[in-house]
This record gives sequence, C-alpha cells and structure tokens, in this order.
Amino acid sequence: MEANRFFSMLIGGTIGPVVILLTAIIMIWYAGAVYLNSSFLIDRYEKNNIEWTFSELASDSWSMERPVLPSPHQIAKELKKTIWDKKITSPRSLVFHSGVTLSSAMVGFVMGTLLGIVLSVGIVYVAALDRTLMPWIIASQTIPILALAPMIVVVLGSMGITGLVPKATISTYLCFFPVVVGMVKGLRSPSIILVDLMNSYSASKAEVFWKLRLPASIPYLFASLKVAIALSVVGAIVAELPAGAQGGLGARLLSGSYYGQTNLIWAALITASVISATLVTIVGRMERAVNNRMGLQL
Amino acid sequence: MSKSSSSKISETSTIDINDLFLTFETQSEPVHALSDINLKVDAGDFVSLIGPSGCGKTTLLRVIADLEKPTSGTITIEGKSPHQARLDKLYGYVFQTPALLPWRNIESNIHLPLEMSGYSKSEQKKLSQEYLSLVSLSGFEKKYPWQLSGGMQQRVSIARALSFNPDMLLMDEPFGALDEITRDRLNEELLRLWEKTQKTVVFVTHSIPEAVFLSTKIVVMSARPGKIIDVIETNFPKDRNLDIRESKEFLKVSQIVREGLKEGHNDGS
Repeated sequence: MEANRFFSMLIGGTIGPVVILLTAIIMIWYAGAVYLNSSFLIDRYEKNNIEWTFSELASDSWSMERPVLPSPHQIAKELKKTIWDKKITSPRSLVFHSGVTLSSAMVGFVMGTLLGIVLSVGIVYVAALDRTLMPWIIASQTIPILALAPMIVVVLGSMGITGLVPKATISTYLCFFPVVVGMVKGLRSPSIILVDLMNSYSASKAEVFWKLRLPASIPYLFASLKVAIALSVVGAIVAELPAGAQGGLGARLLSGSYYGQTNLIWAALITASVISATLVTIVGRMERAVNNRMGLQL
Repeated sequence: MSKSSSSKISETSTIDINDLFLTFETQSEPVHALSDINLKVDAGDFVSLIGPSGCGKTTLLRVIADLEKPTSGTITIEGKSPHQARLDKLYGYVFQTPALLPWRNIESNIHLPLEMSGYSKSEQKKLSQEYLSLVSLSGFEKKYPWQLSGGMQQRVSIARALSFNPDMLLMDEPFGALDEITRDRLNEELLRLWEKTQKTVVFVTHSIPEAVFLSTKIVVMSARPGKIIDVIETNFPKDRNLDIRESKEFLKVSQIVREGLKEGHNDGS
C-alpha cells in the first residue's frame, strides 16, 4: 500500500517526473564519463603495470584533471570555484564573463527586435518591399553564422569598431529574423471582417495600424522574442570565438579548449544554457503579464 | 442623439439606387454579382434583403457601405456618394460575426469608433453606458468578449454600431450564426431598438420569418445574376411581438416572399 502510494506520488506529481528524469540523466552521465575516459586510464594502468579493478577505474575516471567528459560533481566544483569563490571582477570569474556575454546579447536582442519590427512594418505596408526584401532576409539566414561572424568582427574592427558593438551586431543578425517572420504574420493576422470594420469607420492607415494590426500582432511578437532571446546569447558567444576576446563565455570556451580544460568548457556551457533558459523564462513572464493586461486568454 | 430629424425628411430617399451593376472580374469569367438594381429606401424604413446565397445581397449592402464599388449605375445616400457617406459616418455596420477586438473589453470595444470620431473620454464613457443599457448589457463593461455568449457579443456589436448615432444601420446576417431561441429574442429586441432609435435599417438575411417579422419592406433577390425580383411592403403594427408569426397576415406575406424566391430560383436555373 505504502509503496504504491509512493510510486503514484513519484510519477503523478510535477516534481516526481522531473526528479526521475534528472536522476536518469546524471546516472547516464556518470556511466558516460567512465566509458569515455576509460581508454586513456587503461592505457596508463598497463604502461605502469598497475593492477586495476572496475571500481578503481570508475573512481579514477570521475576525478581526472583533464577528462574527455568530466563528471557532474567536477563541473559543479568548477562552477562553485568560478562563480562563488572568485571575485566578480576577476578574469577567472564566470560571473564576470557572463556579464560580458549578457551585455552584448541584450544590446543585440534589443537592436534585432527593433530592426525586425521596422522591417516587418515595411514589408506589410509597402508591396515593393514585400517582394524585394523577403528573399534577402531568408537568404541572410542560410549563411552559417560561424562563417559570417569573423568577417563582421574583422570588417568592423578595420573601421575602428571593437568591443561590444561587433558582438551585438552578430546577435542582432540572428535576432531580427524570427521577429520579422513572426511580426509579418502577426500584422497580417486580423481577419477581413475586422479590416472592413475599420474601413466602415473610415479609419486612417495609422489608426488601422495602432488600433488593429499592432495589438493583433503581440502574441506573434512574443513567440518570436522567445526564439530571438535564446539566439542572442548564441550570437554573442559565437562572436567571442573569433574576436580573440578577453572576456565573455565564448572566450572562456576558447581558452578551455586551448588548454584541454574540459571542466572549464562544461562550466561555461552550463552557465550559458542557464542564462538562456532564464532569459526565455523572463520573456514568458512578460508575455503572460501583457496577455493579462490585454485580457487575452492563456 | 443630436442630429435633427428634419434632415431625414427630405425629398430624396435616404438610399437611392439606380441601374446599378457590379461585375467581379475573375480569372475564368466575370461574375455578375449585381445586375440592374433599382431601389429606394426611405428614412426610418426597415428593409430586408432576402435571397439564396450568391444572390448578391451582401454585396449590395457592401456597395451601400462603400466597402465595394459598383461597376456602373448610381447610388446616393442622403444625396451624397457612398464614399462621402462613409466619411461622414452616416452608417453603423453590423457584420455576420460580432467582430469585437479580443484585447479590448466590452466598453473599450464600443469606444473604438468613438475614439476615431474625436469624442472625449467622458463622452465615450457616457455613450458606452447609454448604448450598453439599450441592448440590456449594463454591468458587462469590464468583461472581455470571450467571457460573453455569441448572442451577447452580437448585441455589443449592435451597441457599437449605434454608439456614434449614425442615421443608418447596415446589418449583414447578424443573427445567422446564433441558435433559434437567441435569434428570436434578438429579433424582438432589434425591433424595439429600431422603434426607439428611428434608424433606417438595411438588413441582410436568408430567413423568411426573420425578414417578414422585422421589415417594412422586403427586397427579394435571385442569384446569377444577382437582381431584385420583388419588393414587398408590409404593414404590421409597430409594437408587434413574435406571436404575430401565427397570424394570417404574417403567413400571407411569408407566402408571397416564398413565391418570389421560388420564381427567382426558376429563372436562374
């Protein structure tokens, strides 16, 4: 009976399944660490003629200094070391590097959103732009950002623009696209009847925009913003790779791979994903607040 | 309620349509939506346009509203072009669906046309109160459209169309999507509204009882090409209620309308 209730609590609630999944991931991770790190360790054992058991192999593979795949507790230790133990101003502090990445991501996100909205209004209201601009916008996203980022950094650098702006530009480049696509659809979403209604009042183009098209596009805008804000972080990190930047999570990833410090790489990766998830959540909260204010369901 | 009634009693009819044609150019062949339409509507009339789907009754209403341009012929509204009539906000239009903006509450939906006509905030508030009470929806000001039933939403839409006190109400099958019980009640309510506000109403429907119950003038139309078959005047007491549908006179008029529709159908095929 008791066991039954425990079981149903485990799979029935919201916390239960999450805990189960998390435990499974961590177990698979530890197993993966043993599997991926073992060949190096076994080589070393044989070279030094050391007798070894499986439990020794496991414990060794979970405590290597430069493992192929670090185990979760090693990453946790690295995170604690670089987030809590270091001063925020220290170049070894992940908080410092996160701040650098976050600032260029946010500038890029805001610029990308504004650019996306402006372009979408142009596309919806000017027929010529609809036909000429859209193919270019789509083409822009078929170029791998990894190939484009160094060029943007180099070109802007030669114009004397360095630091935050080139990185923010790459974030902008990634961000504006989902906003354009979402907003074009959103601005065109009002039904013919609603457009007729506005016409029956002899509404001006500006009135149709402010009172009908723009409010109708808000749900589409938020769907786009959630994609855009995650892309802005990706853009900022990618931009930090070729820049030879001193700061930022991208710079951390790069120096980690130079020196084979996998712990450091993973710590930076996890920080980046936590930042992205937090940002997406914040946009989701804003969306709910706006929907409440607009009296919309969901 | 400031417009003087003297403007309505002019020599010209409120709506005057002469030899009007409308042809839609499509890729395959032109569609003659309206053909040789001649119609006069006087101030205070309740005119129903009835006919099978595709007979152009909605198109005719849209021509009156200047949402569609005729190919040839003339149409004047209180002596003006439909375009001028639209700019002067001489009509309120009620669509097949309530067409309320989902992000505005009921009160604010009624404010929409008032905002664009330059009414002050306090006037907007006063008018929305007044017209919501006219459609028996006082107390629903702060509700959102999704919180109201279909019938209530359509009443809001009628209140919105009346709120800026236009001379005419143009209604395009406003109760078509509602169940019969709600529809009957709204028919009675609309009749009472019409009597109270003295508006000229043009009402599109494909329900014979609805047309006969509401109208002073029933315009029977046929399809392909859309043209007027017959115009039937009725003379029921103004304070009628739904019971009148059982009367001999009502059934007689219904029969005439039905004959007209049948005749149009035979012509068309």
